[in-house]
Amino acid sequence: MTRSIFRLIIGTGTLLLFQTLLSSCNQGGKSGDEDQIGREYNVTEIKGEERAVLTPPPFVPPPITRNYATKVIVDLEVIEHEMELADGVSYMFWTFGGTVPGSFIRIREGDFVEFHLKNHPDNKLPHNIDLHAVTGQGGGAEASFVAPGYEATFNFTALNPGLYVYHCATAPVGMHIANGMYGLILVEPREGLPRVDKEFYVMQGDFYTTGNYGESGLQPFDMNKAIREQADYVVFNGRVGALTGNNVLKAKTGETVRLFVGNGGPNLVSSFHVIGEVFDNVYMEGGRLKNHDIQTTLIPAGGSAITEFKVEVPGNFILVDHSIFRAFNKGALGILAVEGEENDRIFSHKTEPYTYIPETRIARAEPAGGTKEPAPELSMEEQLIMGKKLYEVNCAACHLSDGKGVAGIFPPLAASDYMSGNPDKAIAAVVNGLSGEIKVNGVNYNNVMPKQTLTDTETAAVLNFIYATMNKSETRVTAAQVRKIRK
Amino acid sequence: MAMIPEGSYLPLYAGNNRTNVAAFYIDKHPVTNGEFQKFLESNPGWKRSAVKRLFADEGYLKHWLSDGMYSTAEKNSPVVNISWFAAKKYCECQGKRLPTTAEWERVAEAGWTVADGSSEPGFNEWILAMASKPAPRSLPAVGTAKANYYGVWDMHGLVWEWTLDFNSIMSTGESRAAPGTGDGLFCAGGSATSGDVSNYAAFLRYALRSSLKAGHVLQNLGFRCAADK
Repeated sequence: MTRSIFRLIIGTGTLLLFQTLLSSCNQGGKSGDEDQIGREYNVTEIKGEERAVLTPPPFVPPPITRNYATKVIVDLEVIEHEMELADGVSYMFWTFGGTVPGSFIRIREGDFVEFHLKNHPDNKLPHNIDLHAVTGQGGGAEASFVAPGYEATFNFTALNPGLYVYHCATAPVGMHIANGMYGLILVEPREGLPRVDKEFYVMQGDFYTTGNYGESGLQPFDMNKAIREQADYVVFNGRVGALTGNNVLKAKTGETVRLFVGNGGPNLVSSFHVIGEVFDNVYMEGGRLKNHDIQTTLIPAGGSAITEFKVEVPGNFILVDHSIFRAFNKGALGILAVEGEENDRIFSHKTEPYTYIPETRIARAEPAGGTKEPAPELSMEEQLIMGKKLYEVNCAACHLSDGKGVAGIFPPLAASDYMSGNPDKAIAAVVNGLSGEIKVNGVNYNNVMPKQTLTDTETAAVLNFIYATMNKSETRVTAAQVRKIRK
Repeated sequence: MAMIPEGSYLPLYAGNNRTNVAAFYIDKHPVTNGEFQKFLESNPGWKRSAVKRLFADEGYLKHWLSDGMYSTAEKNSPVVNISWFAAKKYCECQGKRLPTTAEWERVAEAGWTVADGSSEPGFNEWILAMASKPAPRSLPAVGTAKANYYGVWDMHGLVWEWTLDFNSIMSTGESRAAPGTGDGLFCAGGSATSGDVSNYAAFLRYALRSSLKAGHVLQNLGFRCAADK
């Protein structure tokens, strides 16, 4: 195909213009020579013009079927607006296209891009864009710097193929990125990417809020926490639960899946892992080097990776940052739900005879906050409302919104024989934590549940919510009971 | 107007070298819609319908109900959607001038109770939190928040403000390395030359100013006047 372009160039007599092209073309091959330094061979004839299809996460624009370079017009709008960072927690996000991460941009190696950055007039601040795919000043930062209510335009040729991060680079750059100003641009290699059944867009980011994790209301950006790199939230696709509950990624057994994964940072490096899967291919750091059979791939802040795998068996496969406290306590968790036939040859749910539940005792230096005051008792109606909110923030990440959990990893809370047992055990799990082997509904679990930072009243509310809605149970606990169990 | 005595302030770009600023007067409030309307009565050439495009972009005074009238609810709100040319002209007609960036920043350094706001607990955090708040549908009146040490209101949190030499610090919006500045105002992600890399609120202001051209009009950019002592 490169050869046909070559012939075309000779044919049009613009030989001089494209002299630099000659050496690389003469070396033959498809995509130039990967080892060659310099990608001038990608400055080729531009045929036609099109408008880039932009998609919000987790969606990806359709693969490019063109076999020539074209002029691509990209229109990206900067929008500052309030959205939820977690249930009940809102945040003033600064966004590319209204979402975090920003719209996914897909172009082809050699394309000539006319980039329009539009700063919405309701915005308070100037912004710009640095696309890591761009060769030129600041990745376009200076050329795209624009005040609210104005539009900036610049052009570039996509010389290098790969998956690249883009982000705002306006001072103070850390704050702009921390508020959500990042996204991915894919420059497809000229030979295209192998066909897969499903493609998804996932991007990690860390957030720094005045309140701690889960504290409700509008939470301002906390500069000091950001400088100390102490994130309150580490999330995929801009909020806790962006890829869980009703928003899970879906596939069927036997399908091939490609994840375009980015990390906006601003601070943290991601140890990206999908629980229960092995990446068959990883395009390391979003470049052309393909590694195989990878468990966890490191994604730098301001970097990316492309992972590919086939989903052979059904189940919920959990996307995590394997710096695991981020997954359990800060939100870095998503689900790829795979439906289809079981394949016992690859994986079977093996049950083992029940042995015993160890009496786990974990020394605690201090009692949790709030235990000193007498606990107020709320009406059951109030408790159920409060319990539902608390459940979404504290429990749903692992036990899922419907309480069904993940077999073998996170035990079910809904229709659960653990819950129908002694309520003191349920209380203890919440306020004191639980680790070691347990058996729930006939399945063994050997995991760690951290103690939850809930008051006695909150603990009672969330448990009563679980009893009432997920177990159709008459069991109710009181704050006073919780207080007795708390170590 | 409030009198600001001779003193110094720390420019964002000057390392730890405080810059001296001679004594001057500055308006206690940003100029309001009501005040600007009076100016238009005697200077009709600056009305929305008459202003030369060179001096104000499309969108000039676009929040007003008509060519010469604002919504009465916004009489005491700061006038916005105003170009640098219009702001400069307004001040000149009052026998005043726009404050320099140095003067403006010197006043903005003041906290609620002390001249150096950065030493006041919570002051910098408060300014920054204002940037994390959604813009209100309609701007509140001037002078309703809290006056600073010099008795000047609304330096932070209400609107951005034009300065006479707004474009003298060309940060270029490129926050890592800025060839335009010569001395690399925003070098290396924070700023190698900034005396206070944690002064994020100041970074926001300097970035905003350097994104402007004199004809620009923004929904959240107003001005106030100053005068020599």
